[in-house]
Amino acid sequence: MYRYDEFDAQMVKDRVDQFRFQVERRLKGELTEDEFKPLRLKNGLYLQLHSYMLRIAVPYGTLSQKQMRMLAHIARKYDKGYGHFTTRTNMQFHWPKLVDVPAILADLATVEMHCIQTSGNCVRNVTADHFAGAAADEIEDPRVLSEIVRQWSTFHPEFNYLPRKFKVGITGSATDRAAVKFHDIGIEIVKNDQGEVGYRVYVGGGMGRTPYVALLIGEFVSKEDILAYLEAVLRVYNEFGRRDNLWKARVKILTNALGAEEMRRQVEVEFREIKASGVLQLPEKEMARIEKYFAPPDFETLPDSDPEFEAACARDKDFADWVKTNIHPHRQTGYAIATVSLKAPGMTPGDISAVQMDGLAQIMDDFGHAEIRVSHEQNMVLPHVRKKDLPRLFARLKALDLGTANAGLVTDIICCPGLDYCDLANARSIPIAMAIQERFADLRRQHDLGELKIKISGCINACGHHHAGHIGILGVDKKGVELYQILLGGSGAEDASIGEILGHAFGAHEIVDAVENVVGTYVDLRKDGERLLDTVRRTGVAPFKERLYADR
Amino acid sequence: MPIVKGGKFVDDAFVTVPDGEPLPQGAPVIVTLARFKQERETLLGSGKPLGVRLKSSESPEALKDDLPRIALVALEFPIFRDGRGFSWARMLRTRLGYKGEIRAVGHFLYDQLAFLVRVGFDAFEVRQDFRTEDFERAMREMHYVYQPSVDGRRTIIAERMKE
Amino acid sequence: MAAPSPQMITANRLRDGEVVWWNAGRWVTALAEGEVYTDPKAADAALEASLAYARNNTVVNPYLFDVRVEKGVIKPVKEREIIRALGPSVRTDTGKQAATHV
Repeated sequence: MYRYDEFDAQMVKDRVDQFRFQVERRLKGELTEDEFKPLRLKNGLYLQLHSYMLRIAVPYGTLSQKQMRMLAHIARKYDKGYGHFTTRTNMQFHWPKLVDVPAILADLATVEMHCIQTSGNCVRNVTADHFAGAAADEIEDPRVLSEIVRQWSTFHPEFNYLPRKFKVGITGSATDRAAVKFHDIGIEIVKNDQGEVGYRVYVGGGMGRTPYVALLIGEFVSKEDILAYLEAVLRVYNEFGRRDNLWKARVKILTNALGAEEMRRQVEVEFREIKASGVLQLPEKEMARIEKYFAPPDFETLPDSDPEFEAACARDKDFADWVKTNIHPHRQTGYAIATVSLKAPGMTPGDISAVQMDGLAQIMDDFGHAEIRVSHEQNMVLPHVRKKDLPRLFARLKALDLGTANAGLVTDIICCPGLDYCDLANARSIPIAMAIQERFADLRRQHDLGELKIKISGCINACGHHHAGHIGILGVDKKGVELYQILLGGSGAEDASIGEILGHAFGAHEIVDAVENVVGTYVDLRKDGERLLDTVRRTGVAPFKERLYADR
Repeated sequence: MPIVKGGKFVDDAFVTVPDGEPLPQGAPVIVTLARFKQERETLLGSGKPLGVRLKSSESPEALKDDLPRIALVALEFPIFRDGRGFSWARMLRTRLGYKGEIRAVGHFLYDQLAFLVRVGFDAFEVRQDFRTEDFERAMREMHYVYQPSVDGRRTIIAERMKE
Repeated sequence: MAAPSPQMITANRLRDGEVVWWNAGRWVTALAEGEVYTDPKAADAALEASLAYARNNTVVNPYLFDVRVEKGVIKPVKEREIIRALGPSVRTDTGKQAATHV
């Protein structure tokens, strides 16, 4: 993974000093709250229901062992012993004090971490594929471009006061594990007919009040042109994005108002000018320097099957169940990718305790893993595990309550913090997730249902990505009562689609039965190994609606 | 209101004239784009330096043919959050080759000064309680920059290539 | 016309984000210790007074919210304010509801 040089380190240090000065001025009253708010947001600091909330960037979802230990330290020293991984692969702490934040940022800087631009109307954390560098179908590791974009966007003088937030997602393979088509800019790494690697650039995806799947704007942008192209998109957006209405300010609104063709034309005008100036062409030497950091580790030459692994699968049912869902094929023979579930029964989805963080850091040390990943599905991933280590790894994870065998299953729920924590929320989301997990706890039933992605948001801001859920749940507030709408047929993968709302919302005491009802319809209608998503796409939502509202 | 240019307080050589008010005799004026469009010939032919003030929604493209004869472009920030002025200043300097004064007016924060300077602003209409030490401090806050911009400051990538 | 709902004033402390309620000139950290206004004019006057503490950078964004008083126990009308008074419903070991909370 990337290592800061003296320049990167100085940037983060300068930001720590800058923010410390901003906090001093705020406490003295030299900055009003209105003036301070955008400045603290640029350092990921929100004021939520109970407390401040601090969002720490995890660039393209990659963490080192040292960084895991530091997050554990911060959880213990400055917070209440736990943190939360978000759908943008960042870490959130729910209980920091404003007066402690400069010290927290200083601590983070010692391990090359920061909270820069994790909020505010600027380019946010660039997210990528959590299987980067390990997946067999990868054309190129998307984290190289992610790091390049991270540097280009950090403290960009022209684009720090955009109409609204701006999110970039990058996938390195045709299988989109980063939901790039729901980003403001989504980039797919591709090869052209000449075998050259380049980028398909999608613009204008997003969820929230008006969800959109991104439109293809840049058919094939070369490596040497990509920063100029991104700068062109941002410029068009900064100049012409709407600023009159908070709900119409994202680039998705502009892109869809102009249409793909006109958007492309305007971007091309800016792009040609920037390209002609040559200022954003990345020198090959710099590209090579960054690429080196993402070179694959020194893999051992191992056989495809391992006797210890096979024996463990045969004798240990728990292990076999875990392998079935949480282990994924690796490009290197004898290796596997392991999903570490943060969706244990009774736990807040995506939460992780200081004990678990330290435990994972120790596992990384003991098993020789240099890095661990965070996925936008709020799980963690160990990308390069020797198959023969899997039984011992599983035992260690189980001991930490990190061994839940539910990756991609119905209890692997994505869920925002909701009204339990968040100032923006209309309804609680976490208790709904937990209740669904409890109802569907039976693992055999979960296996029978197969891949079933439930995503829950506590408000229209859609931090739980409910539009992209096979089953999506949106919490709403009607006259002070928490109600839940069901959506069906959303997907965040390369086949991106927006879920359709089924009808009237359900109360907190009804919603789990309603989900059961929808799942029941799927089981009755499914054919030939279809997932719920496939059945919905084949039959449409009508049969589901009918059954769901039969007695209403 | 005080003007800061080159890190120092300077006298405002211009009078900002609201729409509808008569132009004062003898003084260089700053007028709105709307007024400039209406009274273009008179204003350009006055023999005095001329300033045009743009709203954040007004692109400097509108002035492109007249820029050589415009001494000052004032770019308005209705609220610090409205960051269009950053792109307009860049456009003025880079695409339109503008060499005159680009003045930031309206509501902007100390914390935006470094970015404003980077994209081409060279003058600032500031609050009464502004201190030039603050300007100096703002310029020093970031040792390095990642991106190339109007100011031509050497980027981190260029620093790396040196080594 | 129904009588207006009793109200209270709440804010977050600037330094640490702690939820606080207004009681006649000072901020308290427990809902039960906050002052309840049954008269809207008194509520508005109290809000005005509390704003001085936003201006002097003690708290952020004081506002009025509706409560009910049942058998002497104050209950916010909105779920959001119930949660703010207690803490996250899913982590009862955190927030004001936790025995260890100071």
